[in-house]
Amino acid sequence: MLESTKSIPAKDFVLSVEGLTVSFDGFKAVNDLSLYVEEQEIRVIIGPNGAGKTTVLDLICGRTKATEGSIKFKGKELTKLNEHQIVHAGVGRKFQNPSIYEDLTVFENLELSYPRGRNVWGALFFRRDAEVVAKVEEIADMIFLGDKLDMSADLLSHGQKQWLEIGMLLIQDPELLMLDEPVAGMSVSERKQTAELLQRITKDRSVLVIEHDMQFVADIADRVTVLHQGKVLSEGSMDRVQSDPKVIEVYLGH
Amino acid sequence: MNKVAAFIGKNQYSHMIILALLLLVVLPLSLDIFRLNLVGKYLTYAFVALGLVLCWGYGGILSLGQGVFFGLGGYCMAMFLKLEASSPENTAIQSTPGIPDFMDWNQLTALPWFWEPFHSFTFTVFAVILVPAIFAFIIAVAMFKRRVGGVYFAIITQAVAAIMTILIIGQQGYTGGVNGITDLRTLHGWDIRTDDAKYILYYVNALLLFLCLFVAAFVIKSKLGRLLVAMREREDRVRFSGYDVSAFKIFIFCLAAAISAIGGAMFTLQVGFMSPSFVGIVPSIEMVIFCALGGRLSILGAVYGTLLVNYAKTSFSETFPELWLFAMGALFIGVVMAFPNGLAGIYQRYMEPWLLKLSKKDESPSAPAVGASEKAPESSDEPMTSEERKHA
Ligand SMILES: Nc1ncnc2c1ncn2[C@@H]1O[C@H](COP(=O)(O)OP(=O)(O)O)[C@@H](O)[C@H]1O
Ligand SMILES: [Mg+2]
Repeated sequence: MLESTKSIPAKDFVLSVEGLTVSFDGFKAVNDLSLYVEEQEIRVIIGPNGAGKTTVLDLICGRTKATEGSIKFKGKELTKLNEHQIVHAGVGRKFQNPSIYEDLTVFENLELSYPRGRNVWGALFFRRDAEVVAKVEEIADMIFLGDKLDMSADLLSHGQKQWLEIGMLLIQDPELLMLDEPVAGMSVSERKQTAELLQRITKDRSVLVIEHDMQFVADIADRVTVLHQGKVLSEGSMDRVQSDPKVIEVYLGH
Repeated sequence: MNKVAAFIGKNQYSHMIILALLLLVVLPLSLDIFRLNLVGKYLTYAFVALGLVLCWGYGGILSLGQGVFFGLGGYCMAMFLKLEASSPENTAIQSTPGIPDFMDWNQLTALPWFWEPFHSFTFTVFAVILVPAIFAFIIAVAMFKRRVGGVYFAIITQAVAAIMTILIIGQQGYTGGVNGITDLRTLHGWDIRTDDAKYILYYVNALLLFLCLFVAAFVIKSKLGRLLVAMREREDRVRFSGYDVSAFKIFIFCLAAAISAIGGAMFTLQVGFMSPSFVGIVPSIEMVIFCALGGRLSILGAVYGTLLVNYAKTSFSETFPELWLFAMGALFIGVVMAFPNGLAGIYQRYMEPWLLKLSKKDESPSAPAVGASEKAPESSDEPMTSEERKHA
């Protein structure tokens, strides 16, 4: 792990995870993990099923409380904050299975994610003004749903639901975007569209992506972290990781 | 008028007017005061059902203890009225004149401290709303901050209702015990038992109900209403959209409690007493049934549901008193299984499209004038267009 940090230029990290451990009834799903993400970096986490990838995201966004270790985002300790406070700090999270509001329309899904009127009074007296409508339409166009604003979200295809959830994050304009398997279950053409979308939206923010599709990973990753049994097995560029014998043994070789 | 419509939603607006005609004109003109007073009593339950639409229907928080808030509101009002009825002149024969009769029977020799402020009507009006709301706030903070929800929350509220009943019955000297607070007579010297007073109180009650309906419609139409719907399905996603879910649950639970409490206070005024039999588990569950039958997503459905079930109860239990509970249980299960959205759901599914078609036909000049109605009814039930949505 130390060698990998050596190769990272001495920049400010947006996210520094140190000694992170979580134990579920004695089983350490994440075990003394350290991870540093730079500004505007696209980092992809790969690893076999059950390696603890989703759990790492759960820990960062506050869904699971860490047993030990620290998570610093722009110098702020996240382990002590609630989920919504972490969102306010600038972290957005997409779940592995599309998590959208199926009873609401596409427009309403995006509107609810718009970062204004987030407390009780704010929500009660929130007005759908031109600014909100314009922003929702802009995001809807980006995620290829510009003509589906009035559609109930449960009628969208699986891939469109994934996009909608990405859109719900984009409208929050987070500085760190975390995506859990964003192209899972998508058709080939949808994957291509999603890769383009990610290229576009990752311009001025840091991104943490979990993905299995190696071609997709190679397309977007600045750097790759390989997780295995809750620990970092290898880290670096895609080429370097792919040629690491440890990685070949436990993961890519299969 | 258009402003009001925009405020609560167009569709709701025309339905609200129909209900207003029914409650404010048709029923008062066609019923004698005894029956109208009975309707007024039922309408006080509609406040509770309305609160349940907000917190259960929209917020997904099933409370089986709403009777507690109805009761607290009712008791606050009853305490004021009882003090007025217990003037030293009226109670001269007691061993301690000037305190409520039941206190005297229980060997109390002075008014308990928490009864003192209820000499003031202003205090009472605030207390009617604030006491239940604060109590609801305490329960809600304790539960929702710990993320207790669903069935666990329902069971807790039921336990609260049971405890509250036991407490009221057990503390006879302070509460009037199982009989409740009875023999209420005047409000600032105005006799509430006369027919005239009953008419006035019926109207006050109906207007307060409309006020609460407007508040509820406003909340549902606001972004907070959509957040509640979102929370019901995907609580986690709402958190990760940056909202403090517990704060919204606390708010809607307290609002439901406050609305129920207004109903309770109006019950006391119209019926002339308040007792623990309106606080416990059974009345609380009955209120949920009113709400479910009317349609738990419809604020107007809650009113109709309450009226219909109580009408059925009154006529049914006169003839077969022992069968009523079974009938209501069966009705509840039947409706929930077949029509999860209650009467309002049936109306929206079968009646509304038909009415819509009818009004469409009347409007279009090329269509043959079926029924040959002279004037096309105002069609206000059309779905919103995208443009309207943006300006809503
Ligand atoms: N809340 C939890 N309770 C118990 N075990 C969990 C929990 N969350 C994850 N795990 C376990 O932790 C391991 C890592 O899971 P996960 O992070 O979902 O893996 P990945 O996303 O890499 O496939 C799995 O063995 C899983 O069963
Ligand atoms: Mg996973």
